[in-house]
Amino acid sequence: MKVLAAMSGGVDSAVAAARCVDAGHDVTGVHLALSSNPQSFRSGARGCCTLEDSRDARRAADVMGIPFYVWDLAERFREDVVDDFVAEYAAGRTPNPCLRCNEKIKFAAVLDRALALGFDAVCTGHYAQIVNGPDGRELHRAVDPDKDQSYVLGVLDARQLAGAMFPLGDSLKSDVRAEADRRGLSVADKPDSHDICFITNGDTAGFLHDKIGTAPGEVVDESGAVLGSHDGAYAFTVGQRKGLKIGRPAPDGKPRYVLNISPVDNRVTVGPAEALDVDEVTGASPRWCGPEPVGETSCLAQFRAHGTPVPAVAVWDGDALTVRFVEPQRGVAPGQAIVLYDGTRVIGSATIATTSRPVPATTE
Amino acid sequence: MPDLVYLDHAATTPVLPEVVEVVAAQMRAEIGNPSSQHRAGRRARKVVEESREAIAAALGANPSEVVFTSGGTEADNLAVKGLYWARRAADPRRTRVLISAVEHHAVLDAAEWLGKSEGADVELLPVDRNGRLNVDALHDTLARDPESVALVSVMWANNEVGTLQPIRAIVAAAAQQGVPVHADAVQAVGAVPVDFAASGLDTMTISGHKIGGPVGSGALLARRETELVPVLHGGGQERDVRSGTLDAASIAGLAVAVDHVTAGREESAARLASLREDLVDGVRRAVPDAVVNGTDDPAQRLPNIAHVSFPGCEGDSLLLLLDAQDIQCSTGSACAAGVPEPSHVLLAMGADPLLARGSLRFSLGHTSTASDVDALVAALGPAVERAKAAGYVNASKDGK
Repeated sequence: MKVLAAMSGGVDSAVAAARCVDAGHDVTGVHLALSSNPQSFRSGARGCCTLEDSRDARRAADVMGIPFYVWDLAERFREDVVDDFVAEYAAGRTPNPCLRCNEKIKFAAVLDRALALGFDAVCTGHYAQIVNGPDGRELHRAVDPDKDQSYVLGVLDARQLAGAMFPLGDSLKSDVRAEADRRGLSVADKPDSHDICFITNGDTAGFLHDKIGTAPGEVVDESGAVLGSHDGAYAFTVGQRKGLKIGRPAPDGKPRYVLNISPVDNRVTVGPAEALDVDEVTGASPRWCGPEPVGETSCLAQFRAHGTPVPAVAVWDGDALTVRFVEPQRGVAPGQAIVLYDGTRVIGSATIATTSRPVPATTE
Repeated sequence: MPDLVYLDHAATTPVLPEVVEVVAAQMRAEIGNPSSQHRAGRRARKVVEESREAIAAALGANPSEVVFTSGGTEADNLAVKGLYWARRAADPRRTRVLISAVEHHAVLDAAEWLGKSEGADVELLPVDRNGRLNVDALHDTLARDPESVALVSVMWANNEVGTLQPIRAIVAAAAQQGVPVHADAVQAVGAVPVDFAASGLDTMTISGHKIGGPVGSGALLARRETELVPVLHGGGQERDVRSGTLDAASIAGLAVAVDHVTAGREESAARLASLREDLVDGVRRAVPDAVVNGTDDPAQRLPNIAHVSFPGCEGDSLLLLLDAQDIQCSTGSACAAGVPEPSHVLLAMGADPLLARGSLRFSLGHTSTASDVDALVAALGPAVERAKAAGYVNASKDGK
């Protein structure tokens, strides 16, 4: 097969590309330039878009003896990922930009271009497994539970999955590092990248402040009583406890948490921990990795990249998706992606549109 | 592995066998620093000075006008910065740097640096749709306060589209106002007649590896009366303008290359012009909507460069597809990260930015053959179809 290997300059994508070469594929490496104004050198462990990363990727490609190019996707990335990220926060939601990047950039803009240029698949260093099942290709969790990235790939539909290769899904990260070293890839010791690649200093609130500006509003309790003020509702996430700057303690003395962010009246509502309980969410624009699970499906639901999957029942009628948790959950917020699993298999994903609190049980 | 079809001689061209021989012989020869007083030094100095004389003779210069450098980029930097500093030191009003809009980055970025760090006012001189300088505009620009102009820099032949500049007319315009002119002649030497004295230029850059000489060799030809402030300070070699131990082996190779390409220029230019004609005809047959950039007039362009835009294609898609078939060409420009940007040369010529992105430069050289051209023509049609299907990778959704 002719394979296009996306190479970030990190250890994972380099080993993934090398494994493709070993498997006998005709491999071409591509580094995606996602920042229109890249920095020269990496600072700390963040991101993958510096000139140094581009050089690391090129060096790895040279060691493998494969062609290597840089594709400039900065403009598409800005529109589809960064602008979307800012708009979601401005609307009071908590997005995960990695899912958007996989959905719109890596397995859309890049995959489409690769297929048009005559490639058969795009290979990445994601930790996830593709398994041939009775209904076609299935996306499964990686063998390494600490590195599993099936959550951020839950947005891939069957067509995208058909053009994807994840050669690291059956490996442990530590083995991949050792393999990179054995192969003479100088990236073997590079630290893992994490956090949001386009916020290089890790200061999400500062980044959003630069983009959205100051928008003072009120912090209120569930009754609507004003407890304090804020400089921008986007700086808060549901479930947040610290940094609320409320002078007055709660009447019951218990800590208060962000319960709701309302962009319409720019209000942040706070309340007790119990009020964070969510037992049902609705999902917007669901994407299915395989056959659509019509009707009621018992499944596991995960709503954070490294969150614990929890038992749930998904109801999909071809139009609306509802997910009921068997036990109430905390830290669930609109904008987050909810990914549904059948065991290790990814069923699909959706963006959480609304959350519902359990109706309080009547007590004597 | 099949033979490479190498159509990127303007990037670098194979070293001539006679250059390899003389460089290797010099590297094996007795030790000696050309600046030393003893016999070993004298031996090395003899090699350097004979090379200097050969280069001067081939290019219409006086031997003392040849300043050896590490290549074209250093020579351009020495000319632009050296002239600017010397002229401004003589008269602080001289802060304007007039350069063509299609200069090589070695001139463009050196001038921009002077603008940012040394108080220069850099003015880009416009070119027409063929990339040729508008001499009337130069006259007007010079006439607007001539006392404030430090230098003019216009390349002899453009490295991307191959357009020749009217050097004589440019020098005449500047001479009226007493302003020195620098020309980057890296692509011109060996391709068109180059005579330094007859040109009237004050400084001129040549490079070794574009003509079959060693990479890292080059020279700035600088008239004896032209004052230059050094960029590199040190041992005072090369008229105290360019310090650094002279590389006798590399300089000997440069001299052999200059001698070879100037002596064989007419024959080689005729052969390459005919090959280029076949290439352009073949490209037009394979891709009827292809746009050949630069002038059609053979008297106003290099014989060996064809620069072509392919509507609806991303240049780096074409590069990838042709590279996969071992056909080597260039999109004409690349930055450190390898991110392609639309060429400043094409933009200055008024090209549509999207069309500019779909451009390839094919450049022929001494090892080029008809079978290279045939291989390109055979591969190009299908590659363009594929690249069109792939579209513009980074086009924004509103089609910009």
